[in-house]
Amino acid sequence: MHVDGGVQLTRIHRAFGPVTALQDLSLSVAAQEVVAVVGPSGCGKSTMLEIVCGLQSADSGECDSAPAVLMPQRDSLLPWLSAIDNAALALRVAGKRRQAARGQAQPLFEHFGLEGFEDARVHELSGGMRQRVAFLRTLLSGKPVLCLDEPFGALDAITRGEMQTWLGDALAEEPRTVLLVTHDVEEACVLADRVCVMSPRPGRIVTELPVELPRPRKATSPAVVALRERALEALR
Amino acid sequence: MIAPLVLLALFVGAWELYTRVSSVDAFILPAPHEVAQSLYDDRSLLLSNLSVTAQEVGLGVLLALVIGGLLAFALHLWPTLRRAAYPLLVSSQAVPFVILAPLLVFWFGFSVSAKLAIVVIVCFFPVVVTTLDALRAVDPELLKLMRTFDASRWQTLRMVEAPAALPAALSGAKIAVAVAVIGAVFAEYTGSEKGLGHLLLTSTPQLETARAWAATVVLALFAVSLFSALGLAERALVPWTRKDRP
Repeated sequence: MHVDGGVQLTRIHRAFGPVTALQDLSLSVAAQEVVAVVGPSGCGKSTMLEIVCGLQSADSGECDSAPAVLMPQRDSLLPWLSAIDNAALALRVAGKRRQAARGQAQPLFEHFGLEGFEDARVHELSGGMRQRVAFLRTLLSGKPVLCLDEPFGALDAITRGEMQTWLGDALAEEPRTVLLVTHDVEEACVLADRVCVMSPRPGRIVTELPVELPRPRKATSPAVVALRERALEALR
Repeated sequence: MIAPLVLLALFVGAWELYTRVSSVDAFILPAPHEVAQSLYDDRSLLLSNLSVTAQEVGLGVLLALVIGGLLAFALHLWPTLRRAAYPLLVSSQAVPFVILAPLLVFWFGFSVSAKLAIVVIVCFFPVVVTTLDALRAVDPELLKLMRTFDASRWQTLRMVEAPAALPAALSGAKIAVAVAVIGAVFAEYTGSEKGLGHLLLTSTPQLETARAWAATVVLALFAVSLFSALGLAERALVPWTRKDRP
């Protein structure tokens, strides 16, 4: 039973033929909580997100989630649309006219450092900007749960750091229930209220580390570094 | 733009030189200036025949685009249909249209529909194949995203898949244009009263070789301009695929 926009996964099991992707996975995310799931490559993180988003169903176990939207690993922006039309895609799907959709996206563009790039084409945007547009597109779907699948995995280290700060600020202003999947432990410690460590396949949650640190957090602060050590320890 | 013109000038020059040096008969190989003369003298004849062939080719390619595009979408939407029909489509291309053309003319008569049918038959296949491949190659992440936006099948098709496949459909049409001209000329060979193919066929036995060459030049120019028109349409319709952008 999800409470006002949370996520509750109970003993999820999912196999693809002989390969068991998820086994006995339980996880709960409270409304407006940011939970990061870290784990080695191929441990079933993306499968878990797709189950939460209703893109596939579990073989057994229970998934109870408020409506969730997926932000895919690659930015997957549409090259034939301008930046703002990309951000407003979900509004267009919901039946809004183009001008109304743009109007609704406009304030977010100004607010989140994309002012002046409304009519830019996708290839004119930097990698970081593309991720911003992709995140706004996710946000504008209006769904209470955001499933972010390694959102900054394709960025260089410097841009990734900037984008983590940016995402932290954005979530402080537009709080949502967030399930963030990443293999970057530092990213998890900087952004999340709670870090869940997933085992190698078959994936399940082995450790949960609450992050009781004030925001905004610096990746280099001793408390974050210490937490990172604990998470990495759990991954071994 | 200059380089191909220089090459063309060299080629025409060499041809002119050859006809003078070898003193080959004009009804076997006319010199370029004789072809040019015929282009001028027979201009009204060439133009009226061109308009017939141009209609066959233009309408044929357009029809092939529409039929091929719709067919690709249908095959994409219904995998069962794709599995059933795709092998048949491929094997339909193994039947040489040279064999089919006389039968179609027999069926449709000397009307324009026989020519159209032949042009469409040779043209729709590249359109179907390129469009269908592009539809199937759409980023699966995008399709997942659209599903989490609660998009209907039709919305996903309209907002994501169709624009993603448009460049490929136009590439298919470019390939089609090249074969469309061959198709139309052959269709006219098989049975017709007008058109550049018909003019070619009748000029040769009348020893009007220069006129036959003139008709060939007109056909080539027509094919090239149709190809360029599609290039322009590409720039206007799918600007995001341009490689030379800054």
